[in-house]
Amino acid sequence: MTRIFETPLYPYRRSADQDSSEPAHHGVVVIGAGPIGLAAAIDLALQDVPVVVLDENDKVSWGSRAICFAKRPLEILDRLGCGDEMVEKGVVWNLGKVYFGDRKVYEFNLLPEEDHKRPAFINLQQYYFEKFLVDRVLDLQAAGKPIELRGRNTVTALDAGENGVRLTVDTPDGPYSIDAGWVIACDGAGSPVRSMMGLDFVGRVFEDNFLIADVRMEARFPTERWFWFDPPFNKGQSALLHKQPDNVWRIDLQLGWDIDKEKEKRPENVIPRLKAMLGDDANFELEWVSIYTFQCRRMEKFRHGRVIFAGDSAHQVSPFGARGANSGLQDTDNLVWKLKLVIDDKAPESLLDSYDDERILAADENILNSTRSTDFITPKSEQSRVFRDAVLDLAGHFEFARPIVNSGRLSVPAIYDGSPLNGPDVAVMPARSRPGAPCADAPIADGWLLSHLGNGFRLLTIDADAPDHIEIDGIGIDRLALSARDGRAPALSERYLGEARSAVYLIRPDQHVAARWTAYHEENLRLALRKATGRARQEPDQEDDER
Amino acid sequence: MSELQLKANLSRPDDFYAALLAAHEGLSKAESDALNARLILILANHIGDQSVLKQALSAALAARHPAGGNT
Ligand SMILES: Cc1cc2nc3c(=O)[nH]c(=O)nc-3n(C[C@H](O)[C@H](O)[C@H](O)COP(=O)(O)OP(=O)(O)OC[C@H]3O[C@@H](n4cnc5c(N)ncnc54)[C@H](O)[C@@H]3O)c2cc1C
Repeated sequence: MTRIFETPLYPYRRSADQDSSEPAHHGVVVIGAGPIGLAAAIDLALQDVPVVVLDENDKVSWGSRAICFAKRPLEILDRLGCGDEMVEKGVVWNLGKVYFGDRKVYEFNLLPEEDHKRPAFINLQQYYFEKFLVDRVLDLQAAGKPIELRGRNTVTALDAGENGVRLTVDTPDGPYSIDAGWVIACDGAGSPVRSMMGLDFVGRVFEDNFLIADVRMEARFPTERWFWFDPPFNKGQSALLHKQPDNVWRIDLQLGWDIDKEKEKRPENVIPRLKAMLGDDANFELEWVSIYTFQCRRMEKFRHGRVIFAGDSAHQVSPFGARGANSGLQDTDNLVWKLKLVIDDKAPESLLDSYDDERILAADENILNSTRSTDFITPKSEQSRVFRDAVLDLAGHFEFARPIVNSGRLSVPAIYDGSPLNGPDVAVMPARSRPGAPCADAPIADGWLLSHLGNGFRLLTIDADAPDHIEIDGIGIDRLALSARDGRAPALSERYLGEARSAVYLIRPDQHVAARWTAYHEENLRLALRKATGRARQEPDQEDDER
Repeated sequence: MSELQLKANLSRPDDFYAALLAAHEGLSKAESDALNARLILILANHIGDQSVLKQALSAALAARHPAGGNT
């Protein structure tokens, strides 16, 4: 049986561009068909922005990589039209157990809040994740959308000018050149584009190695996340066991710094380690074995003129907390609508600088969280180990110490507080839906709130009057009119009204709140839309605090 | 913001000090370090207020060197 990661999904085909005497021009070129590049391209194609994706490979991700996908990225995938496949295939989990030595010190339930379409997390192999995205690209292509995916097209040189970028691309038939109005560089943590442009990527390397194995086995373990500090089968180190679809289990074993990686990777050394953990009678087959060293780092700026970095090329985190792919998807969610407005001449190029403002804030939050988790899991000084072990000892006895245990703070979306795009707020409305926050889902009369938001600007009104459609500076805004009066929408009311009796929200194409009021005034909307599209001059603060 | 209490506040300072030493008696250096760490965490949780805890950290760091003139 050929497995999906061994199958060329977008095999090399000669393109007409290779026979053109002058470099062909493309509006947007995405470099890299990993999860982030594919998501960027799908988003652009959905908005009818022509896009070409180049990847040096023609297959999905190789090796043990992402497995945990969080609610917010699943909602983004819904918007991109491929959330269902992921969630149907994925494994939903809520329970985690933490062991210290040979004792369970506590267990936690993610207790996902009710009344959301999507679960808090699913586990899904990255190769499935990418496969479903590639399927979506092919569907869009079949539906006539302007999207092209070119396998075995390696970008080898890049010349970035003020109004565009020339790329040199190597193929099995030799090199060719193309011109791009804009480049989104999603070429991964080792980003060749970053090196070609001589850009920095600074941060911290954690001096530790992790053996990451994916094994197939019929196991009696439940669908839970099990994390061990200092287990008997991996003395002085940590371990993780987590379930994926198709009876594949993810195992992480911390190995320490001074090891012989080649030796540790050999099956004759890996198998005894796994048997010590899973039991001598465990019957498993190795799918992948890799050894990783983790780092937390980011570029100083993600946008460099016409070249914009997204995903691992822009920022890299250790996997504790599952913030890599999860945050990369939020990068392109943030970027694509802005780029579309700029390309359509409906917003100034400077709108793209807000991508830096908002996503660097998010990257710093992710780096902070995964650095702290890594420091807890792999204490680097005698005292940090003393405190770490003290927390774990106390956690077995007292409730207070459990929130200090840090085996990964699971990915939650950033709220863009302080973003230059944010408009007015209303103090008595719930803080979770303040300007800059991603909209929380809620059940509404015909399905889910989030399936009615996104892709364009929306005016969400709750028990408030407003026009059903309004056109401002060439940008159309459709209204979604809801009511919370009959008491049948408690989640909507709790998440969007709070103490207010009515609400008007301006919601961005990425489903983040731009501004909110208690009543509709066209002039306020006009100003807020200007601000949200990067066209605001200094304006007096307009507070809207009536109830 | 609450102020860290740096005036004498222990109701029975000698008794507390004796109890602290007694708790460490017979422990190895590693066991003592672990006990201290657990104690710090328990006390920190009792205080709770992050600003008070930060003042306490600064006060502890500042007292590294003897106070007063350098005679
Ligand atoms: C062990 C491990 C566990 C992880 N767990 C999680 C998790 O649970 N959840 C999570 O969200 N994240 C996790 N991650 C992180 C996740 O794998 C990455 O964040 C994600 O793959 C980043 O996607 P990307 O598209 O930015 O880059 P990549 O997936 O690295 O894709 C880059 C693409 O660019 C292509 N490319 C490179 N150079 C060129 C070139 N010159 N020309 C053309 N194409 C090029 C490559 O072929 C590749 O397809 C984990 C990572 C590891 C290692």
